[in-house]
Amino acid sequence: MKIKALTAIAALVAAPVAFAGGADDDKLVVNGEIEMVTKAKAPAHMENVDEVISGWHFRTDETQALQMDDFENQGMIFADQGLDAWNTVAGTEDKSCASCHGAPEDSMVGVRAVYPKWNDDAGEVRTMAMQINACRTENMGAEPLKYTSGAMANMEALIAMQSRGLPVNVAIDGPVAETWEKGKELYYTRTGQLELSCASCHEENYGNYIRADHLSQGQINGFPTYRLKNAKLNTVHARFKGCVRDTRAETFKPGGPEFIALELYVASRGNGLSVEGPSVRN
Amino acid sequence: MKTLALSLTAILTAGIATAGEVAPLDVKYDEYGAVEQSLTGVPGNPENGAKVMVNRGKGNCIACHETTVLKDSPFHGEVGPPLDGVADRWTEAELRGIVANAKMAFEGTVMPSFYKVNGYIRPGDGYTGKAAKSEMLPPLLTAQEIEDVVAFLMTIKE
Ligand code: HEC
Ligand code: HEC
Repeated sequence: MKIKALTAIAALVAAPVAFAGGADDDKLVVNGEIEMVTKAKAPAHMENVDEVISGWHFRTDETQALQMDDFENQGMIFADQGLDAWNTVAGTEDKSCASCHGAPEDSMVGVRAVYPKWNDDAGEVRTMAMQINACRTENMGAEPLKYTSGAMANMEALIAMQSRGLPVNVAIDGPVAETWEKGKELYYTRTGQLELSCASCHEENYGNYIRADHLSQGQINGFPTYRLKNAKLNTVHARFKGCVRDTRAETFKPGGPEFIALELYVASRGNGLSVEGPSVRN
Repeated sequence: MKTLALSLTAILTAGIATAGEVAPLDVKYDEYGAVEQSLTGVPGNPENGAKVMVNRGKGNCIACHETTVLKDSPFHGEVGPPLDGVADRWTEAELRGIVANAKMAFEGTVMPSFYKVNGYIRPGDGYTGKAAKSEMLPPLLTAQEIEDVVAFLMTIKE
């Protein structure tokens, strides 16, 4: 044990890490008016990280610029489609979202910032996607949206944008504590044949390049994210699935209990950062 | 006939070894994580080792290690230390151990174990996201590929 540690140190001394990309010091102001908190003191529950940093800081200047102006942010096109769906009557009850909630810019401010959260009536931790579907099935008599579908991402984008600039503030105690612990355990579990955990990449190595990818902290304050890579809006669980798959592991099911717990935990690691969704990433 | 029976047993117990190879489960690591014995008895081919190191579907070593002699292949990562001068720091046996299963030398390292077949959590079927098809997985690299990589690493001197 002692000897092993020694050889590892010897290796590091002999071959110091030459450079590290790190997070840049740019400022994120959207449309010249929404000032985003993209770096914040880490919440007290985080043990190994002092500062939480938005994924925006790890992207190139070109990609960053796309998020600074809603006319450049392709995610806004999808949020617009979300607004159409918001106003569209669906289901047996002859209602739209607007029938109960009015205009999203009035009723949805601050909502994204506190999800996932406990729902007392249902006795469960709810992600925003679950709440959207609960409204559809229970209040509208409509079909649920597929968990990671475009229609779901559009609705999430519409709701998230009403909270842009507000700090993420997800509760981790009380009735959600057990789920949060489960999510934390998943975050640190090294899965798949590559035996990597979320922490291997996003806690131990953020700021470093892995091949051509500049590793961020894997924060979800910017979701849903418009990715240049697949030219669509991406949901949190779809992203989780991709990252787990990349460890050569069997993934979990989007919308399933594991990813719900993981989402709660990862969201809480972003407490203090501004809601940015829909953000732009590569 | 006898050899055939032997190699068959090897296949059944360790998954993948062919005759003359040390199977993943039979590799002897010393207390520093080094492996004295060649995994194949066949000298490694450094040119192939270099190919394995840059190939994403094989070692993909440069995903994590900057290596000046491999700069023709794009995108070197910085998760692990640069490999320049690596043969000055480590013996062949140590390098074989590090490549076969780096966790034996560096406890808790993020470096994957390239010659390991079981003991995984939620092992998948490659990069499909689906469950692995068998209890024993093929190792990430074959015994000869490990020897080839080690042979190439032995050429990287300052
Ligand atoms: C093999 C390395 C690796 C592992 C393990 C990994 N990720 Fe990632 N992840 C990446 C890369 C590369 C990206 C894209 C660049 C970035 O934003 O870090 C990424 C991006 C993300 C993003 C998007 C961040 C943004 O700003 O849009 C989230 C969220 C995320 N990962 C969460 C996770 C979670 C949760 C886990 C564990 C279940 C995990 N990742 C495991 C490599 C990894
Ligand atoms: C996911 C990242 C990752 C991959 C992929 C990876 N390594 Fe490593 N490697 C590391 C880290 C991190 C260390 C430092 C050991 C520690 O954790 O203390 C290391 C250490 C080493 C060392 C000893 C350090 C030195 O230079 O003195 C060698 C040699 C090495 N790796 C070779 C390889 C080879 C060859 C491959 C591919 C077959 C490979 N690595 C793939 C992360 C990686």
